[in-house]
Amino acid sequence: MTTDSFYGEVLADHNLHPLHRHELPCATHCCKGLNPTCGDNIELHLDIHDGVITNGSFTGLGCAISQASSDIMLELIIGKTLDEARHYTELFRKMISGEITDDELEELEEAGALQHVSKMPARVKCALLSWNTMEKLLDENK
Amino acid sequence: MNEKLLGKENFPVFDKYKELVYLDNSATQQKPKRVIDAAVKYYNEENANPLRGLYDLSVKATEAYENARESVRRFIGAKSTKEIIFTRNATESLNLIAFSWGQANISEGDDILVAVSEHHSDLLPWQILCKQKGAKLNFLECDRTGKYTADALRKALTPKTKLFAIAQISNVFGRLNPIKEFAQIAHENGTLIVCDGAQSVPHIPVDVQELDVDFLAFSGHKMLAPMGIGVLYAKQALLEKMPPFLSGGEMIEYVTREDATYAELPHKFEAGTVNVGGAVGLAAAIDYITELGFDAIQKREDELTALAFSEMKKVPHVNIIGADDPTDHHGILTFTVDGVHPHDIAAIFDADGVDIRAGHHCAQPLHQFLEVQSTARMSLAFYNDEKDIERFIGTLGSIRRRMGYDD
Ligand SMILES: Cc1ncc(COP(=O)(O)O)c(C=O)c1O
Repeated sequence: MTTDSFYGEVLADHNLHPLHRHELPCATHCCKGLNPTCGDNIELHLDIHDGVITNGSFTGLGCAISQASSDIMLELIIGKTLDEARHYTELFRKMISGEITDDELEELEEAGALQHVSKMPARVKCALLSWNTMEKLLDENK
Repeated sequence: MNEKLLGKENFPVFDKYKELVYLDNSATQQKPKRVIDAAVKYYNEENANPLRGLYDLSVKATEAYENARESVRRFIGAKSTKEIIFTRNATESLNLIAFSWGQANISEGDDILVAVSEHHSDLLPWQILCKQKGAKLNFLECDRTGKYTADALRKALTPKTKLFAIAQISNVFGRLNPIKEFAQIAHENGTLIVCDGAQSVPHIPVDVQELDVDFLAFSGHKMLAPMGIGVLYAKQALLEKMPPFLSGGEMIEYVTREDATYAELPHKFEAGTVNVGGAVGLAAAIDYITELGFDAIQKREDELTALAFSEMKKVPHVNIIGADDPTDHHGILTFTVDGVHPHDIAAIFDADGVDIRAGHHCAQPLHQFLEVQSTARMSLAFYNDEKDIERFIGTLGSIRRRMGYDD
């Protein structure tokens, strides 16, 4: 990995070597998200058992920010409850709108690498695509 | 030919942003000081509501507007100023055709043929018209380099094809289509031809009588002029029979409670108070282009295109969309970089102060046809220079590394 990564190394790494970018054939839940302005699309696959996300993955096409954001999100929510996943979504939104506290930022772990997106208005939608898609999935399965 | 007009020093924006590399000229061009001054002068010295007033200032405004129309007529070789309708932009011009001519002439069972690489502005009006009327929308396919052939056109035309719409230069491929030949083939079939000149009129001489097109649409802002002024050319015989598009003030002759008679051409199609400042700016832009000369413009744009093309070819992992010959690109180089999303490409260029475009360039069906989700595009104008290309190539060559690839 070179050191002058445009978006920083954490994002570059999640974009180029995503852990969770693959099919998940027997997932219990799937949801599609689309960002019509740039055509980015993602499909989120989650295995949910007794209110816990036991496994998850994503597929689809998008820019580095949307891809890295998806991968980081899955890293964060696998093994967590649905309520915790919602909580992270709220924190992530707060971060992107530049309203997050240091303690909350800590909770977001690697997702904090996307904090600078709050200063890139054109890219907010890219960063939020996977999170919005997850929220939609959770809402549909309340 | 006045080569002094080639340089960036004529454009105030480059004085303000000295390091700006502006390579999004197909989206809109920068404005020379002369054009800005002409529009300002109009507002300072000649502004009044044209056509209505019976006082000196209004007469001046009317003259300024009608002189601009005459400039446009001469510029595109139309027979009469009655054939020159001012609109807001190419999009409005194309919609005017669909609403006015289309409503009156398309019926169930007819079909409309559209080139697959068209800008959404030259696709959606026909899509909507066909849906409303129960007509069929057919597509003329090109090859992967953006080339359309006469044979394919002959095959795609049916006895029911009332209209054929195609850009003279595609905003993705930059390829010049043989409009004169296509117009002849269309006419032999009894089909009218709409030529989208948004990307051609700024860059090459266009003569509507020589091409024998029925309609030509273009935008002022893509050819040095202010935003908000565009042109529809149509043959007079067609315009005479077409119903008005918008209605209201300025486009009538006589109105009663129940009925109205419409004003003469071209005013029948220019409802409401018109954009005189824009028209004056467009006339100044036409003067600028004419004084500089298309020979000089084309020579410069071809040189720069060839340079950018050959330098891009040397950068690994860069793929240029369209023809393999730079003379087929007319300043438009659409490209992808392996493994890098166009959105990220544009962000990196932006960080380096180089303005390019990324996305589907309002041509989604074409991107579906090319099987790419989106692309990046750099587009040149005569006022770009070798240094711009150098900066562009410098950034282009660094993109994969900055995205984290080890190559
Ligand atoms: C080929 C083509 N047609 C039509 C348009 C629409 O132009 P406007 O937005 O000025 O109406 C464009 C602009 O990008 C274009 O490139």
